[in-house]
Amino acid sequence: METIHTATPLLALLASLIGAFLILFTGGKRPNLREFWTILAAVTKFALICSMLPPILQGKIIEYTVIEIYKGITFQLRVDTFGMIFALLASCLWVVVSVYSIGYMRTLKEHAQTRYFFCFALALFGATGVALAGNVLTLYMFYEILTVATFPLVVHKETPEAIKAGRKYLAYLLTGASFILFAMGLTYYLTGTLDFAPGGFVAGHGSKELLSLLFVVFIIGFGSKAAIMPLHEWLPSAMIAPAPVSALLHAVAVVKAGVFCCLRVILYIFGPEVLSDLGLGITLAFVVSFTVIFANIIALTQDNLKRRLAFSTINNLSIIILGAALLSSQGIKGAMLHIPFHGFMKITLFMCAGAIYVKTRLENISAMGGIGRQMPITMAAFTIGAAGLIGIPPVCGFISKWYLCLGTLEAHEIIFLMVLLASALLDAAYFFPVIYGAFFKHSKGIKSTFDEAPALVVAPIVVTAIGTLLFGLFPDAFIHFFQLAALSAQNILGG
Amino acid sequence: MIDTLFTHYNYWVFAVLLMIGLYSMMAKNNLMKKLIGMNIFQWAIILYFISIGAKRGAQIPIVVGAHGQGENLAIHAAEYINPLPHVLMLTAIVVGVATTGISLALLIAIYKRYNTIEEDKIIEALKK
Amino acid sequence: MIEQFPVLIVVTPLILSFVVNVAGLWNRRLCFYIVVVALASCVVFSLGILKTVLTQGEPIRYSLGNWQPPWGIEYVIDHLNALILVSVAVVALLVAVYAKRSLEQEIHESKIPQVYTLFLLQVTGLLGITATGDLFNLYVLLEIASFSAYAVIAMGERGADFAAFRYVIFGTIGACAYLLGTGYLYILTGSLNMIDVAHLLPQSFYSKALLVGLAFFMVGVGIKMGIFPLHVWLPDAYTLAPSAVSALLAPLFTKVGAYVIIRIMFTVFDPAFSIDLYPVTDIVGWLAAIGILFACIMALAQSDLKRMLCYLIVAEMGYILIGLASANRLGLTGAILHIVNDMFMMACLFTVAGAIFYQTGTRDIYQFRYLHRTMPITLAVFVVGALSVIGVPPLCGFFSKWYLLLGAIEAKQWALVVVLLISSLIYAVLFFRVIERAYLEPREDHSHASQKGHPAPTLDKVPLSMLAPMVFIAAGIILLGIFSGKIIAHIIEFAIPAAL
Repeated sequence: METIHTATPLLALLASLIGAFLILFTGGKRPNLREFWTILAAVTKFALICSMLPPILQGKIIEYTVIEIYKGITFQLRVDTFGMIFALLASCLWVVVSVYSIGYMRTLKEHAQTRYFFCFALALFGATGVALAGNVLTLYMFYEILTVATFPLVVHKETPEAIKAGRKYLAYLLTGASFILFAMGLTYYLTGTLDFAPGGFVAGHGSKELLSLLFVVFIIGFGSKAAIMPLHEWLPSAMIAPAPVSALLHAVAVVKAGVFCCLRVILYIFGPEVLSDLGLGITLAFVVSFTVIFANIIALTQDNLKRRLAFSTINNLSIIILGAALLSSQGIKGAMLHIPFHGFMKITLFMCAGAIYVKTRLENISAMGGIGRQMPITMAAFTIGAAGLIGIPPVCGFISKWYLCLGTLEAHEIIFLMVLLASALLDAAYFFPVIYGAFFKHSKGIKSTFDEAPALVVAPIVVTAIGTLLFGLFPDAFIHFFQLAALSAQNILGG
Repeated sequence: MIDTLFTHYNYWVFAVLLMIGLYSMMAKNNLMKKLIGMNIFQWAIILYFISIGAKRGAQIPIVVGAHGQGENLAIHAAEYINPLPHVLMLTAIVVGVATTGISLALLIAIYKRYNTIEEDKIIEALKK
Repeated sequence: MIEQFPVLIVVTPLILSFVVNVAGLWNRRLCFYIVVVALASCVVFSLGILKTVLTQGEPIRYSLGNWQPPWGIEYVIDHLNALILVSVAVVALLVAVYAKRSLEQEIHESKIPQVYTLFLLQVTGLLGITATGDLFNLYVLLEIASFSAYAVIAMGERGADFAAFRYVIFGTIGACAYLLGTGYLYILTGSLNMIDVAHLLPQSFYSKALLVGLAFFMVGVGIKMGIFPLHVWLPDAYTLAPSAVSALLAPLFTKVGAYVIIRIMFTVFDPAFSIDLYPVTDIVGWLAAIGILFACIMALAQSDLKRMLCYLIVAEMGYILIGLASANRLGLTGAILHIVNDMFMMACLFTVAGAIFYQTGTRDIYQFRYLHRTMPITLAVFVVGALSVIGVPPLCGFFSKWYLLLGAIEAKQWALVVVLLISSLIYAVLFFRVIERAYLEPREDHSHASQKGHPAPTLDKVPLSMLAPMVFIAAGIILLGIFSGKIIAHIIEFAIPAAL
């Protein structure tokens, strides 16, 4: 595999870092200039990442070593097919959510907007860094930056409830980080390197028990961010954050970083061979299946729309890990596809929840009867997103779920197929009431005339909803998610 | 054991003095007594060092009439007691004096402020 | 000229401290500038020394007064010393610049020259301890540093004189114990020169007197370093001292003590003794683990920011001891790197505490509301320091923690690994407590756009002479982190004895 050495990955990262500080120094006195920096940084970043796409699709790898710390330990950015998936997702959606944020924050006249946009840019810096990290150390660094940068966003409202949620957030994530640190040290001690390799690199470097322990510690560490039960509790609490934060960070950047890292551990540190040898693949699959079902059951009981969506996210994250844990080619492909597809669908849903809040200040589903009449565009987008999550074609969710099901068959584990189907049924069970109530019920305070949220808020929703449809029909459109996933699976299993 | 007690009595004296000093520093309530204990502690060490330089039947380390003879002078080092510990302890004495000076200055300042040099009364006054 | 640097770096602040005192009689304003000149020249000297050591590859051996060792006193500067000399000098200079306005606010005008005198004497002592290669000379310089510390701490707030007196008692026990240790080594080898003693010592490895000597050394330096359980003097002394004084003492004094322990354990007493023959490193490991946990718990209970930071010092000392206890190259790399890193991190945090005290008159964490409006830069510096202590890369704190972790894993000391990780989490709680209070203003109505009754956002009222050093220290933390690799590869690699 040919390796190109350019500084483009670093530039992509710097786009958001420099943007963050420009935002900070522009401050609240000139909000339009400040918002301009956000959009500029987002677009630049997305453009830079897209520019790296052609060589990646040809099977090359882009590498850039920032600095060498010690023998075998470097800060290195390496762009491979899997990293591209996450990087594209995060940067593309940042553009969308930035526009949405501007509309949301201005309509609600929110406080501390400079801090918000500053932390948002830093969080994207962290998320892109996670995507482009070439070894565990770099990954850990950006993982920590992501946690620290998103904390002020979680506690944005500064109510006692928000502060408590922030503390819980930090407690879960920093404890997870300690586990990762330990696992990282152990990995370096056992193997002398921390660089990711498709198909893993720990094979043969330790006894079975030691490697199993290492795997468990890694999964606990990253699993807290990936909201595997019982380490998931921070996610519903974090819904106290403003909707754009929930949308991008908790449906896309933060939790997807967790899942991305889990997949890196499964596929690029340990690899399918080692894991099936240790029998850990199936064990992990069972553990996350519990989350898959249970999260959906809890979602049924939630009246707060964002909390229901949060549990749906927990469910989908574990589905992704399930796909990878099956260690089969289709399963891996499905898991990697579900990362961006779920991202697009979930962000649509969260943005809809935010739009409803902006317009009506409502948060509970039971009070939202008939909102479809008042805000048809929003609810139409919601319906599309929900349909995709359930797995109804032609929304993109169908494609990723299809491959996941194929993956279970390929691994000869029918039970997980049952799990996936049960989860889809439960998805339907809690999404349909929302949609039905929105269009066919009546609640007090909901108008029957068309009164949508402001354009800046609705436009991004429409964009992502159309995106989900587009990916459903042409999974390889524009940013070639499908091809990237296929190439990754190929590299891992073949290479 | 008994003959060690008699031949190496300098070690025993030093140990006893050290412990007296340490006890005084820790257990006494009056700050002045603590200070005196600290002094005893330091002098014990000084005595110890000097005692290890002593030799039976040796001369004090001053060569009579040696001025101007330079390198031509040869001496039997074994006949003189070791001057190095003495020199070191001169420095240590100075250090001890400086420590005592600082402590006394502090004591005066403490007495001016709290009107007492009993430790427990000072702690009580500080708590208020 | 450059050959004289090893002695100049100690003599310059010594003489200039006297000049400061005399000049103070004539014109008080001059004192500050003399101090800055003295410390700036120390920085230049230390950099020159570092360069010489790096190009030469061998330690510099400077004989004072041209009296040859082992009868004469010599200054031996190898890679370890040189690195610490530079750190001490740089931090001392930054704190000195910071100290001007801080001291003017806290200490009566007539005493300012005396404080600067003691400041310079303190730095003399610290630099001397680092540079010297003679055991007794180290004792003398240790006492010089300690005396200045005792006296200058007593100038602080209410209760400082009593805290200083207690420190005198404790510190003297420590210094005397060190002296006893030197005495035992002298009895066994007849020499006071560190290198000479290291040659002569192996003959006496099995004698009990040597073990007692080592024990005295450890206790003595342990008291000065603030190792648990000998740290009791530390919280009171450093909390009640004037802010700038704490900012000088807290980062430097204890870390230089750590350097002394490394020298004694690994240069004077061969690693074969310290590690293989007796379970010294095991004991150190246990002390470290218990000390870190104890200090973390005590720190959680504090509402005074400075007191919390004092307990943090004790915990950070524990970290360095973990590095020693691992007794391998990685652990020792972590320990040495941590000495340097911790100097900067503690300097950062203590100067912030002092700045907050300067502007708001309080150090109580619970009073820190709205601080982000009135002191944004100071708080930003605090966040950098806090994240570094917690161990977020790419700040320097992460790298020393990483090496300590690797060292502990390699030595299979799982208890130490667990303690390292748990303490990081407790640090996170400690610091986010403060950050939360300072940055967030809990309110009921989140969309309340007008901010009635809240102070308007302004820039810090702390003067530039205090802000600039803090920002430099924060920048230093970031740079140390990014360049840790270079520091380790070029300096620390050679500082660790080859036997490990």
